[in-house]
Amino acid sequence: MTEVEVNLSRPESRRPLSPHLEIYRPTLTMMMSIAHRITGVALYGGTLLLAWYLIAAASGPGAFAAASWFLNSIIGKFILFGFTWALFHHLLGGVRHIIWDAGYGLDDPEREWLAKATLIGGGALTVLVWIIALLRA
Amino acid sequence: MTHDAAPVRGAARTRSLGSAKSGAADAWRMHVTAVALIPLSLAFVWIAVSLVGKDYAGARAELAQPCQAIVLLLFILAGVFHMRTGMRSIIDDYVHSPHAKEWALVANSLFSATLGVALIFAALKLGLSAGSP
Repeated sequence: MTEVEVNLSRPESRRPLSPHLEIYRPTLTMMMSIAHRITGVALYGGTLLLAWYLIAAASGPGAFAAASWFLNSIIGKFILFGFTWALFHHLLGGVRHIIWDAGYGLDDPEREWLAKATLIGGGALTVLVWIIALLRA
Repeated sequence: MTHDAAPVRGAARTRSLGSAKSGAADAWRMHVTAVALIPLSLAFVWIAVSLVGKDYAGARAELAQPCQAIVLLLFILAGVFHMRTGMRSIIDDYVHSPHAKEWALVANSLFSATLGVALIFAALKLGLSAGSP
């Protein structure tokens, strides 16, 4: 962990800091918060794949064949499966955040229920989409 | 849940220390793009699934459809702003050295802008073409 620079002459340095993550016992909602960030970062990088596909399709048959070959390979399918899961997990996590922003689902039974629904829903939607996709292929 | 303005714990210690910069605007931008991305990502997945197994001509024909092109452009626009703002809050949380933070924020903005322009250009070229050339 990096030390935070504290310079008491600057007013911003006197702002109180939140307690650090390490002092808490791991909980499902905490893990889901971390997973939301990790899937977000994964989607951030994953957009490069979408850019490759679209630019290849806009460029011509040769470039499209290369992108298409990669996405249909085992590694390509594995990455796409991960991308699909990250997208659905992050999407449902975002819906959860919107529910919280409206002031609902923050208390004990609801927040645990929402965390489980996000986890199960993300997995289920990923499998469903892949079944549809593989049936079409 | 109550929404009464109860005195916030520690508020006295933060008063007069200045705002936390652009936090509120970022939170709002995140909220708006997130709401937009709910239907847009579902529509994007639908388009992606319809491209499975398509050859060059088939994919070009699909992406030349006006509805598909419009959905794709909206998805790209909302997505790029969402990812830039999201990465910004991650940088704000984890990069503490002011120098590294500045560079990380610049890199984040340049990456998002470049990706956004590239994706929009490709989607427009595909959308405005008459399918397979």
